[in-house]
Amino acid sequence: MIKHGNQPWQKYIKNKQTLTNKVKQSIDMDTHKKHGFWHRYFFSLDHKDIGFQYLLTAMFMAAFGGFFVYVFRYNLAFGPNDIPLYGDLAAKQYNQLVTNHGAIMIFWVGMPILLAVIGNFLIPIMIGTDDMAFPTLNKISYWIFLLSCVVLLLGFMMPTGAFGGGWTMYPPLSVSDFGYNNPNTTFWSNFFTGNTFFLLAVALEFVSMLMGGINFVVTTLNKRAKGMTLMRLPIVVWMVNIANLLFMFSVGPLIAGAFMLLMDILVGTGFFDAYRGGDPILWQHLFWFFGHPEVYVLLLPSIGAVGEIISTFSRKPLFGYKMVILMVLIAAILSLVVWAHHQFVSGIDPGAANIFSLLTIIISIPFAGMVLSYLGTLWNGDIKLEIPMLWALGMLATFTFFGGFTGLHLGSNVFDIYAHDTYFVIAHFHYTLFPTVFLGGFAAFYYWYPKFSGKMMNKTLGLIHFWGTFIFFNTIFIPLFWLGLQGQHRRIYNYSQWNDLLMQPEHIMARQIATVSLIFLLLVQFVFLFNFFYSLKKGKKASKNPWHANTLEWQTDSPPSHGNFNPYPIVQRWPYDYNHPDKELDYCPQTES
Amino acid sequence: MDKKSLTKPTIKDIPQGRLGMWLLIAGEFVIFGGLMVAYLLYRIRYEEWAEMASHTNVVLGATNTFVLLTSSYFVVKAHQAAQHKDSKKITIYISLTILCALIFLIVKITEYSQKLHHGFTFSGKELAASGKAIESSYWGFYFLMTGLHATHVIVGAIVLFIVMQGTRKGKNFHRIEVAGLYWHMVDLIWIFLFPLLYIAN
Repeated sequence: MIKHGNQPWQKYIKNKQTLTNKVKQSIDMDTHKKHGFWHRYFFSLDHKDIGFQYLLTAMFMAAFGGFFVYVFRYNLAFGPNDIPLYGDLAAKQYNQLVTNHGAIMIFWVGMPILLAVIGNFLIPIMIGTDDMAFPTLNKISYWIFLLSCVVLLLGFMMPTGAFGGGWTMYPPLSVSDFGYNNPNTTFWSNFFTGNTFFLLAVALEFVSMLMGGINFVVTTLNKRAKGMTLMRLPIVVWMVNIANLLFMFSVGPLIAGAFMLLMDILVGTGFFDAYRGGDPILWQHLFWFFGHPEVYVLLLPSIGAVGEIISTFSRKPLFGYKMVILMVLIAAILSLVVWAHHQFVSGIDPGAANIFSLLTIIISIPFAGMVLSYLGTLWNGDIKLEIPMLWALGMLATFTFFGGFTGLHLGSNVFDIYAHDTYFVIAHFHYTLFPTVFLGGFAAFYYWYPKFSGKMMNKTLGLIHFWGTFIFFNTIFIPLFWLGLQGQHRRIYNYSQWNDLLMQPEHIMARQIATVSLIFLLLVQFVFLFNFFYSLKKGKKASKNPWHANTLEWQTDSPPSHGNFNPYPIVQRWPYDYNHPDKELDYCPQTES
Repeated sequence: MDKKSLTKPTIKDIPQGRLGMWLLIAGEFVIFGGLMVAYLLYRIRYEEWAEMASHTNVVLGATNTFVLLTSSYFVVKAHQAAQHKDSKKITIYISLTILCALIFLIVKITEYSQKLHHGFTFSGKELAASGKAIESSYWGFYFLMTGLHATHVIVGAIVLFIVMQGTRKGKNFHRIEVAGLYWHMVDLIWIFLFPLLYIAN
């Protein structure tokens, strides 16, 4: 025998042995389905587990966002003293809660649920593969996301308190107490502030989502199953990928801006300091260049999931599949050139304001096309009002009729200058994002819950949850539209301190209706939480394909095992062959020839 | 229809590491693009900044440009060697690349210390105190852009070192190409920064 393993053939055998060991390990992982708690929730490489980690973290953060809004809405309706579960609310705390409510709901609830959870859980299964292209990168991106949550919440423990300058972080307000403006501060005293932690948390969250985005796009392009051409991808996969690309191309300037703002705070540079030649408006440009596409980054995955659900429960092919993709691409490109409509009152050139108004109004055309094609799918369909379908229809209706149409009004600079900084804008904004994140998010959740848990959700509790959420959501924001048109200014801590600021009985009444509705909306979510965990334990067992849908994830077990498919599927057709004339059943899975 | 689309080529031919790196590079360019556009807008607005820009050291900047271009050449040679799985040559060329990175950083440190010596600090507090308020924020851009780029140089050198260690064990030769792409991006960004900050005054 030769002692040292330097011969090529020995190396070959050695490699082969390690390979077999690896295969054995992965088989072990398959058979040991019950991983330990730490393994499943912290160290798993499986895309489904990582999606679940994102989901739980986002739900945890949503609890903070929901609690904050309860506190400050209670204050607006019933005064700042003796708020149940909180106590007295000072003006500074009011600012902190509003700021963090906005940031948490967008960056730590909307982004992870719509991009990371939908992307992680659905993309590999829907394109027919075992996992992401870069599983380790996927895990790291979750860890960075978790770190960003911790950093954000640590901001509340800083000596100066959490950041309270609005989620848009406009300078000079976000810098005014620090850096060059305050000679008594040092680098470290500037570092341990809510402002710095807030910026760092947002930056970390972006890094995490960028890594996830690269992963999703590469996975979709490279790991599709045999026969899965781009034009056979389910619409939600298209949408998540377009959203990720849009995010990657819009977030760069804001990352650059975040560096600049961070340096203004930490070392006292003058990037946004008007006295030293900097320009605070520059921040608004950098922020909104990202900020407007961000709305579509959230919207696209949501509306993609809604498209899947509408097609499945209308038992009809998605009407104008290619047109939807084209429209979304047009909207995504247009969304990069409309940002200044957030700045009509910031002192921009009126000529430029007209151009941005025009572009903003043009962007409604592709979205109208998309909504039309969804209506075309519903038209003459065999509509089944299952719970996911209710959420999907609710999303489409409220987003279009309230969010979209008021967006047309606000997009015009003539009206925006009047309505800016009133509750009209707040109501418009929430009518776009609440349906997107929550109605669309819950639609996706109820639709795919049987797949990722293997259990059916309780239908009665689901109905209570849907109607509670839908009704109370509308009764929160319709009064706010009216209040905004009456001229109620946003960013006011206590209206009773200014008697000329809409303190008539009907205005007080409207605020109270909104707040009481909000409290009921939050309470209804406990029904959902109960249903979530109750069904997980005691729900009816779900079959492979409970909704009789076509896409690949429904052709494998519920829940899918490690590796998703055995054997790998071969795709024969596009995903929307419902009621195909040649087929006996009213659906025809993608794997069927 | 089915058979035809089954044989249709997809983009699957691109190795996924390369594809991921291209996406990362696209993202990085938007980040630096945001900084450069912001810088250019200020630069056009303020006459005073031209005078500040003349304080940058063109000779050292040109040296660094030359050093980075040379390092990119070595990376290309390393990539060629990786195609032949020649780990010895890879080690030589990547070491040379890392050496270039070190030279770049040393030159950068020299430059920075000169600037600080003349009172051109990152925060610009000293300039602002001496009545040159508008000039002071020029140096914020100078230090932020070059500093961010230098951070990329450091990261790139570390990545190249790790990848080189892998190839010495005889595996993951394709990673040389992916890391090399990143290195070319670092080089290319400097090609944009050099005229913006050093030459145009």
